[in-house]
Amino acid sequence: MITVWFALVVLCWVLFFVLEGFDFGVGLLAPVLGRDDHERGAVVRTVGPFWDGNEVWLVAAIGVTFAAFPAWYAALLSGLYLPMAALLLLLAVRGVALEFRGKGDGPRWRRRCDAALAASSAGIVLLWGAVLGVLTHGLALGPDGQVTGTGVGRSTAPLLSWAALAGAGAALFAALLIGATFVTLRTTGPVHQRARRLGGTLATGGAAALVAVGSGTGSRPALVAAVLCVGIAMLARSGREALAFGGTALGVAGAVVAVFTAHGDVVLRSTLDPAWSLTMAGAAATDSALRLISVAGVVVLPGVLVYQAFSYWVFRRRVASERVAS
Amino acid sequence: MDVLDLTRLQFAVVTIYHYFFVPLSISLAGAAAGLHLAWLRTGKQSHRQLTELVGKLLIVTFAVGVVTGLVQEFQFGMGWSAFARFYGDVFGPTLAIEGMLAFFLEATFLALWYFGWDRLPRKLHAATIVVVAVGTVLSAFIILAANSFMQNPVAYSLDPATGRAHLDDFGALLLNKVNLAAFPHTLAGAAMAGGSLLLAIGVWRLRAAGEAAFRTLAWLGAWLTLTGGALTALTGDHLGKVITQVQPMKMAAAEALYATTTGAPFSVFALGGPDGGRPFFSLEIPWLLSVLAKGDPNATVQGIDDLQAQYAAQYGPGSYIPMIPVAFWSFRLMIGIGMLAAAVAAYYLWSTRGNRPAHRLLVRFLPLIPILPAAANTFGWVFTETARQPWLAFGISRVADGISPGLTRAEVLVSLIGFAVVYGILAAVWLRLIRHLSRQPLAVPAPLTPADEQPAEREPVPVY
Repeated sequence: MITVWFALVVLCWVLFFVLEGFDFGVGLLAPVLGRDDHERGAVVRTVGPFWDGNEVWLVAAIGVTFAAFPAWYAALLSGLYLPMAALLLLLAVRGVALEFRGKGDGPRWRRRCDAALAASSAGIVLLWGAVLGVLTHGLALGPDGQVTGTGVGRSTAPLLSWAALAGAGAALFAALLIGATFVTLRTTGPVHQRARRLGGTLATGGAAALVAVGSGTGSRPALVAAVLCVGIAMLARSGREALAFGGTALGVAGAVVAVFTAHGDVVLRSTLDPAWSLTMAGAAATDSALRLISVAGVVVLPGVLVYQAFSYWVFRRRVASERVAS
Repeated sequence: MDVLDLTRLQFAVVTIYHYFFVPLSISLAGAAAGLHLAWLRTGKQSHRQLTELVGKLLIVTFAVGVVTGLVQEFQFGMGWSAFARFYGDVFGPTLAIEGMLAFFLEATFLALWYFGWDRLPRKLHAATIVVVAVGTVLSAFIILAANSFMQNPVAYSLDPATGRAHLDDFGALLLNKVNLAAFPHTLAGAAMAGGSLLLAIGVWRLRAAGEAAFRTLAWLGAWLTLTGGALTALTGDHLGKVITQVQPMKMAAAEALYATTTGAPFSVFALGGPDGGRPFFSLEIPWLLSVLAKGDPNATVQGIDDLQAQYAAQYGPGSYIPMIPVAFWSFRLMIGIGMLAAAVAAYYLWSTRGNRPAHRLLVRFLPLIPILPAAANTFGWVFTETARQPWLAFGISRVADGISPGLTRAEVLVSLIGFAVVYGILAAVWLRLIRHLSRQPLAVPAPLTPADEQPAEREPVPVY
């Protein structure tokens, strides 16, 4: 029962990071792929009808984590208090910039929204990456599952670690790649050309970097990711757009699963004493609560997937970035 | 301020702010659905134009509601991890199920509706906005169940070994009698918030542009405000009686009634000592408090002093008295300001009957009317939440015991400043955008072509 729920929690997080991953990538890439107001608008419109529904996966992920593993939710969010607060603020700016962009008055308004969108997307990606990196390493959990410390350093210190830095770098790369392959798939015209080239270049460069990291440290995940990158680079260059995007999504999903299952049944490792780590069983809610959300999850989530897929189908037409001659 | 006060202040700030946008989203979704269906039935061009206008207002308001609502989902773990740890079994599922059941519906179908004018068959398209409206109401019901647990904990049992609460019956948690009373009261308050915004825009634009469609908008807004006002009074009366049963201290605090009184009066206005203690002057309506609390002019209403003694005996030594001046005044301001909004809406409807032009002063000041329900809703929540103190969940968990144990003052100070700055900017941008959208001339919509007759200049490419 607990393992099933852990799998469901991870599934929600995977869907969030994959689906919002390309939203963040699109936000980051709008000023890169779009040379003018019109083209930037085309880039942003590729996620226009989807980003809000994608963001709800974060609500679902955090809600399901709370419901199924209250102690994990409590330790994670209070231990990473300030990074989480910063993430929430950046997500607020990102969402509003995206939604307000097309409804204001004039190019200056849109330019400001684009700048806010790109900056907040970059911040979100780096911070989420750092947080995931911290998760592979663990938090300084005490015997009561709390992180103690003084001042703002209590919850920000974990971000100043190699694991966090590596996570931030990897997340930035992944967001750019999934953003580029998504825009390639969703546009026509000059933006499409640029996104396609960028995707190929990113995947090739990423493959080279990952091979270097993998052979230097002997890290098997890095080598697997390198192989995947080579595949994506070949697909992107040969115009297999859907497969290139799918391959990138698979890579992001695999990375998130790897982070969440890095320590077996320990969901949050204590860096102070292994005995203080939070285990799946130790953090789980009681049977009655788990049964209730199982029923809700089994009945409701497949329906959500169906109508979200329907929404992607309705808005399947590509966004044109060509200028219409007037 | 210590870390506890700062964390409470932050929770209050982000929650009150979030709640400026929630009632607007609920009522604008309902209004958009109503206007869309009216357009479908009558085929009137102006209905279509108003539907699009309300849709734009809805989508920018919903966006702010979404991003500030996300903060709420995280707050319980960030600032109140002890509460999350001990009551997560009961509290967590409501948040999870609200997200899965209602929030996905709202977000996905709002996008389908907003972007789907020329992509979906007419009837299916109209159905999407109805789904959004239903989703917002469902959301409100489930999330109010979570709040009602804090007001009147039900459907749980405490594990004596771990001190953690277990959920016994989710149905009973949803059907908490406080929720059954608070839910309609909240919806009525939401109708006033959105109604007054439509009334304001209608009157403002009718004066500036004179388009007849805005008369319809103002009329719709005024009726929503007036009906919402009447319903808040009715439902509020019922809610007051339920609260008298489950939290007598809250109703005693609302009247600053220190001594247990039979046939208790209700003071419309009172001047208290500087310590917020017993008033030295008050304008009273005899028997009214007894009627409000128990529906009987001769009923006995328990006073603060008796309740304090009773709680001290029951829960141990300590003060169980909330901040009396805050409770007293927020309760009166909620009622007074809410009723003022309803009265203004009624006066507008009466004075413009049979297409009469509205009075010049009315036209000048009506655009400010959305402030009234927003203030009344806020005072209502301030009353509900502060007059529950010192409890987080009434009778079982104190606010002081719920805070994250490791949290430092510096962290909360930094996040509080961050929220204040970003939220302040968001509010200014939102207001500017609402003004800008309302000022646009009503669009003349292109004639709709059915989805299957789209010009096929590009091949559709499935994304998934």
